Parts: sequence; structure tokens; C-alpha cells
Amino acid sequence: MSLVVPGLKVGLSRDDLMMRAGVVLLAAILLMMLGLPLWALLAKGFEDRDGKFVGLANYVSYFSTPALFQSALNSLQVATITTLIVVPLAFLYAYALTRTVLPMRWLFQGISLIPIFAPSLLPGLALIYLFGTQGFFKALLGGGSIYGIDGIVIAQVFYCFPHATLILTTALATADARLYEAAEVLGTSKRRIFFTVTLPGAKYGLISAALVVFTLVITDFGIAKVIGGNFNVLATDVYKKVIGQQDFSMGAVVGMVLLAPAALAFLVDRLVQRKQVALLTARAVPLVPRPKLGRDLFFTAFCLLVSAAILTILGMAIWGSLIKYWPYNLSLTLDNYDFAKFDANGWDSYWNSVRMALGAAVFGTLLMFTGAWLNEKTRGFGMMRGVVQFLAFLPMAVPGLVLGLGYIFFFNAPGNPLGFLYATMGILVLNTVAHFYTVGHLTAATALKQIDPEFEAVSASLKVPIWRTFVRVTAPICLPAILDIAIYLFVNAMTTVSSVIFLYAPDTKLASVAAVNIEEAGTTAAAAALCVVIVLTSAAVKAAHLIADRFLFARLQVWRRR
Amino acid sequence: MAAMTYYLEVRNLSKRFGDFTALRDVSLDVVEGEFVCFLGPSGCGKTTLLRSIAGLDPQTSGTISQKGRDISALPPAQRDFGIVFQSYALFPNLSVTDNVGYGLVNRRQNKGAIAKRVAELLALVGLPDAGPKYPAQLSGGQQQRVALARALATSPGLLLLDEPLSALDARVRLRLRHEIKALQRTLGVTTIMVTHDQEEALTMADRIVVMNHGVIEQVGTPQEIYRRPATAFVADFVGSMNFMAGTLVAPDRVKVAGVDFACPPQEGLAPGQKVSLCIRPEDVRVRDLPANIANRVPVEVAELDFVGAFCRATLKAQAAADVAVTADFSSNLIRDLGVEIGTKLDIALPPDRLRVFA
Ligand SMILES: Nc1ncnc2c1ncn2[C@@H]1O[C@H](COP(=O)(O)OP(=O)(O)O)[C@@H](O)[C@H]1O
Ligand SMILES: [Mg+2]
Repeated sequence: MSLVVPGLKVGLSRDDLMMRAGVVLLAAILLMMLGLPLWALLAKGFEDRDGKFVGLANYVSYFSTPALFQSALNSLQVATITTLIVVPLAFLYAYALTRTVLPMRWLFQGISLIPIFAPSLLPGLALIYLFGTQGFFKALLGGGSIYGIDGIVIAQVFYCFPHATLILTTALATADARLYEAAEVLGTSKRRIFFTVTLPGAKYGLISAALVVFTLVITDFGIAKVIGGNFNVLATDVYKKVIGQQDFSMGAVVGMVLLAPAALAFLVDRLVQRKQVALLTARAVPLVPRPKLGRDLFFTAFCLLVSAAILTILGMAIWGSLIKYWPYNLSLTLDNYDFAKFDANGWDSYWNSVRMALGAAVFGTLLMFTGAWLNEKTRGFGMMRGVVQFLAFLPMAVPGLVLGLGYIFFFNAPGNPLGFLYATMGILVLNTVAHFYTVGHLTAATALKQIDPEFEAVSASLKVPIWRTFVRVTAPICLPAILDIAIYLFVNAMTTVSSVIFLYAPDTKLASVAAVNIEEAGTTAAAAALCVVIVLTSAAVKAAHLIADRFLFARLQVWRRR
Repeated sequence: MAAMTYYLEVRNLSKRFGDFTALRDVSLDVVEGEFVCFLGPSGCGKTTLLRSIAGLDPQTSGTISQKGRDISALPPAQRDFGIVFQSYALFPNLSVTDNVGYGLVNRRQNKGAIAKRVAELLALVGLPDAGPKYPAQLSGGQQQRVALARALATSPGLLLLDEPLSALDARVRLRLRHEIKALQRTLGVTTIMVTHDQEEALTMADRIVVMNHGVIEQVGTPQEIYRRPATAFVADFVGSMNFMAGTLVAPDRVKVAGVDFACPPQEGLAPGQKVSLCIRPEDVRVRDLPANIANRVPVEVAELDFVGAFCRATLKAQAAADVAVTADFSSNLIRDLGVEIGTKLDIALPPDRLRVFA
């Protein structure tokens, strides 16, 4: 009876055409920012120093150089140990924040986030002050040295802690009180409730946190650089090959090796998260913890301890930056903040960072939000939207060093019309936006999914162009998410080292890179001072955001009030 | 006389989502100025059909024409309709005035003309003072009216409403039924409303399109749908209906549990066929039965359910206890005849009220 009729070809409105053109443009931009640099990196690994194709020769030589291969093992070892320490710590901390009655909960939550505002260098520097050759507590190590795997792991724990805590807090916060009530009514023991209700509920959060921490450690460069000593890891190898030996092909090979575990962790996470079903139905009753003295005391003590450790590390860096001549003259001074004495760029590198962070925040937010909107709201055009979706997720799996290296190869290639960007502020902004694209894109996409899907249909029926609804309705409604993205980009642009370390020119050097250089030259105090300035700046921006959110925003968004 | 052209003509429309067929060969005509309801259980394809007409989810095959113009392949922006969604989709960051004027601003009218039109529309939907408020400050019913005003602002030729009342509480829903209907009659705008609420469809529609599993079961006025349901599905879905399993023994006779019933002559059904004999509870006769009345059945009252204005009685045939019908008994009747559980009485099933379905 009914024949298979080919699908109806529906005409495209002006809106449809505009949206599709937008998606194509977005795909082209993402390809330039991500796809092509990574492709250039991949290709470079198959070339010798003169650019001749040599097949797998570089890879063979990599895997037959024991020292290089050892670095890969070292990276895996550090990442595994750090993950095993951070995830349980962060779980307990998140549990305290969400499931116990904690005095000054907001303060503990705030303290746990501090490391996010610091370059990864900072905990390394603080550890040098505490346990270095002339450290305060050197004696505690009993002849051991902080330079090496121990120092790296401690600093990594500091650096990764907020990321794991954030994920686990979210996982634990979304609990249905009725599950607990049901378990209690059934007379289940607390222990059993924990293992049968709490842990399974947080399972995906735990896996996700573990994978994120693992990836962060594998791909971080600043910590191993400062406090690794002779303990080589993949990230420092890439740096040495490229900056030290100017061996780009081998650098590319190490970069590809570095890419593997990060990409693998990313894939595992995607697969696991796909299995997750919404645990929290619309009718769930949020869990509000009830006071319980013993438990609350224990977790308060635990949080105090962890917070003290975080504050000690931050405080040590600040104090170290204010001291005249460690450890001989402990009187305070601001001399270390006169950066011109330590680095040719002086304070310029700081202002470069601020400019770069502002640029990334503005350009990145615009691109990410508009891009997510285009991809969510374009009718049909599945293939191209799939390409954009893939490219938007790609950066999550790509370490900053690897992306930075790809940028050298791509933008510096002879004949590339985009070559003019090389060694400019533009390339730093582009690279930073690309490096942090995924989170911004996801934030925007999530916000867009939460608003009524029929706004576009309504405006089409009223013959109002879709872009107008974007400007007048969609974007204003998503303002909180837009600001979140901007702040996220700003803070990360201020603190990132890995992706930009290959890309600066003398007059575009960034503060975080300058700190690496200054530390390399042996001036710990000035490097710490620069890190402190970075922390203060990004924390101040975040604080301004919170305050604006509280006061200014309430006034701008009267319409949210009932 | 030339063939009548309809305002909206839907021809052989099908819609597939992957392997799933949401609409199968749907054809439908709508007259200008008419109020049509799509009625059917949830998931039967009402919204899908509405969205095809709007161009929001284009059909897989088939054609749609509006005012003689083939719009099958046009994007929504090039079709002529206003739409109100179940969620209302009001712009939360714009005031009521800006929401209603949203489609007007684009038409290069001057500010004064727009303000006048918005005020006119707000008065029309009974919210003359709501202009400066934001949607979140309005009740559900008020939001509904704002959405209606916004959809009507550009004077569309066709108004599409997708379950506009289902998010409201019962009282507001009743009032808005009348208001929307009155508004539609005043403006004379051709309107299609989707609903799964039969009462809503019966009270508001000029014609009802009953749908099930992606096909149209019947199209007709509320009276036609209620009095002469075309299929067992319609009979069951709209109003209450007794179904009794029987066999067609002659074109106008059905045998149920050994008893012959006279019914309207059936065409297209062969004697010997298994059928359902149907009657609505309110059509069962009890009082003043003439001696020679057709289809008289002695029954016993098995249950009496108080429903408010009347009682719904479950009546078992004295001759065959597994055959039962429900009937609506008024309070008067119950008092006058002294009906209680166990009472034996005679009822009649008037042949002209009986329906037979294969
Ligand atoms: N975008 C879609 N993809 C797949 N199936 C869909 C989609 N939209 C609707 N359906 C299916 O088509 C059927 C009809 O849906 P709908 O028209 O929304 O029903 P209703 O009559 O309740 O409005 C349902 O079974 C629904 O699951
Ligand atoms: Mg529906």
C-alpha cells in the first residue's frame, strides 16, 4: 500500500540560511583553532628535522630511548598516586559540604576553590620554601628531598583538589531525600545506607573526578618544571625537546604520547557518563542534612585540616614573596614585586596577561555562546552540526602543551595565510580560547537547553528574524551563564602556562610564563610574587563577579522576581 | 457551482520519526472562520499534525495548502499563522507590552500605532492593566491570555493552539474555554486547537477531528461525534459507552447472551459477524415503558455510584448475569421508583440509540 516516499524537501527561510552559514563559519573557525593545528602536529611527528617524511622513525627512536620512555612511566605513576590521594580527600570534603551540618560552610567551600586561581607553579614554589634545600621544615624530611616525585605529588594534590571537589559536590548535592527516608524506615544501618545509597549515587561523579584529576596531572607542566628535579615526566620532556633542544619532530612525538592518556581518559568519561541516567527526578525531595554531633565534629575537624593545608601553601607563597632574603633575612619587603629587576619585561608581562585574559574572555564568550546557540537552534543540517559538536569536545582531550605545539607548526608553516598571527597577542587569545573551549561550550549549551525550546518557533510565526530573538531574549536570559563563561576564561587565561609557553614573543610574554622564566633563573621569591599577583587578580575578578551577581544583577533582572 | 475551496487543505499527510510513523495518510479540510479541535489520547499525533501545519516539523510526505496556496514546503516564517504553546513560551525578560508587541516592532509601524494595537489586544483578552508587568508576575491564566494576545497581534489568518489550557487549574480552565471561544467568534479567525480533553473539544469546537495512532478516526460536529461515533474507538473515547459483545443475526438485529435486540440497519456488516452492541448510559430508558416497547430487558441493580447530579447504576440482566449495562439515574427517578441495590426493574434500549461496531 504505502510506498516509501522520499522525504519532503522543505524550503529554507532566510533564518535557516543565516544559521547554516553561521554553523559553517563556526566549523571553519574551530577547524583553524583546533583541527588544523592538531593535524600539523600529527604530521610533524612523521618528519625529520629537515621536514622530510620519515614514517614511524621518530616513534621508533622514542620508544627505544629508555630515558624518554621512563618519563611516560613516571607521568602515569604520578597521575595514579595523585588520583588515589585526591579523590578520597575530595570525596570526604564534598561529603562534609553537602551531607553534614558544617559551620561556615560557604567559607570552607570558598577555601577549597583557592587553588583554581593560582598558576600550577605556585604550590611548587611554596613547597620549596617549606621543604626545599633551605626550607623551613626540611628537617622533617629526614635527609629526603622535596625535589622529585614527592614534591610533585603534594603540589598536584593541591592543584587538583578543587576540580575533584567541585565535581563530587555536584554529584553528592543531587540526592533524593526520599531514598534515605525509605532506607531508614526499612531499618537499614548507616553503614549499609552509605554503601547502598550514597556511594552508588556518587559513582559517576567519582569516576569523572578520577579521570579529570588523572588528566590534569598528566598534562600539567608547571609543577613538574618547578619541583620535579631530575624526575622527568612527559610534559617536561616536551618542553625540553622543543625549547631546550629545538627538536620539533621529537617534541611532536612526545606530544602525541602525551595526548594518548588524556584522550583515553576523555573517551572513558564520555562512555561512562552516557550510561548515567537522571537520578534526580522532578519530584525528588532535596536532602537537607540534620545535625548529628559526632559526625559533624569529625567533618568540621577534617575540613579545618584540609583548609589549613591549602591556606598554608598559599600563605607560604605570599610570605615568601614578601621576604628580603630567604632564609637569612626574614624582614619584609616589596622588592620582589619590582619585576623589572628579574625579567626584562617587568610588570608588562602582567599587563599582557590581563589584556590576554580580557581578550579571551570577550572573544571566547562571544564565540562559545553564539556557537552553542547556532549549533542548538539550527534546523536540520545534522552532518555539519555533528562536526561542530566533535570539534567543540576535542579540546577536553587535548593537553595545552600539545595544542601549543600544534600552533607553532600550523601558524608558523611557510605559506600559511594566517601566519601574520604568529607571535602576536592574537595567537595567544586564540590558543587560550581553543584550549578551554569545551567547558564554555557545554555551559552555554546547558543554559540554552534549559530555556523554552519554542522561542524560535514563536518568533518565526511572528515573522521576527531569529537573530533578533537571540539578541533580545535568548542572550539576556542566559546572562548568568554568559558571565560564568567569561569569568572561567579570564581566570584560566591568567593562570595557564602550558598552552602558551611556546607561543609568546618578547613583547607578548605573559605573567605565568614570566614566572616560569624567573624561577628558571633561580629567583624563587620574584616568581612567587608574580604568582601571588596572578592569584589576587583572578580571585578579585571572581569576587567582583559574585558581588555583581548578588547586587547589580538583581536589579538588572527584575523579571526573574515573582 | 464550482467546487468549494477550503481555507486549509491537508492531503495525504504522513510523518515518520525514524521507523516510527506518527501520522499516516491524514487528510483534512478546514473552512474559513471555523474552530476545529484535534482530539485524541496523548501520543496519537495531534501535536505532530499541528506542527506540520505550522511548518515546524515538516511532514515526510503529503501536501498542505492554505487559502489556495501550496505551503507544503514553506518554512514557518513564510506561512501565515499565530501559535500558542502549552508552555506559552512567553519571553520572561520582556514586559507584557513588549511580549504582545514583539511581532509588531518588526513591521516598521510607528511607536504610537504599536502602543495602540497592544492596548487594544490587552483589552481584548481582558488584561488592560498588565502591560508593565513581567510574565513571572502573572498567574497561569493571565500568562495564557498574554500568549494569545501575542499570537493575535499580527492578525494571522490561522490560529494554532497546542493544549493551551492543560497547564491551568480546573476553574480557570472552564472560564478560559468560554473566553477563547467568544474571542474566536468575534475575530472570526480560523482556529485549530489540540486537546486531549473531550469536554473541552465538545464545548469549544465547531468541528472535532478525533485521532488515534496517527490516523483520523472521525471528523464531525460535536453532536455528530457524540451521537453517531463512527468507530468503536470514538464511541469509547468521547463520552461514556456500554459495550456488549454479541453477534449480528440480521442486518438490524444483534443477539446478546441469547436475547435479540433490534438496532438500526447495518450496512457493510455480514450476519454472523461478532459485533459490539453499544448504548450510552443516559440513553437507557426506565420510566413509563409502553407494554410493547422494543428491546425490553428485566435487570437487577447491582451497584449504585453517586456522582453528584445523578447516580450511575450498574444493571445486570436477570437472564444472564454476565451481561451488564450502566445507566444514569436521576435523583428523582431513584426516589420515585425506590431504586436500591437489589431492586428488580425493566429497562429498554431504544433501537435508534443503539450503535453497532465490528
Ligand atoms: N521529534 C520526535 N522524535 C521521535 N518521535 C516523536 C517526535 N515527536 C513526537 N514523536 C512521537 O510521535 C507520537 C505523536 O506525538 P505527538 O504528536 O506529540 O502526540 P500528541 O497527540 O500527544 O500531541 C508520539 O508517540 C511521540 O513519541
Ligand atoms: Mg501534544
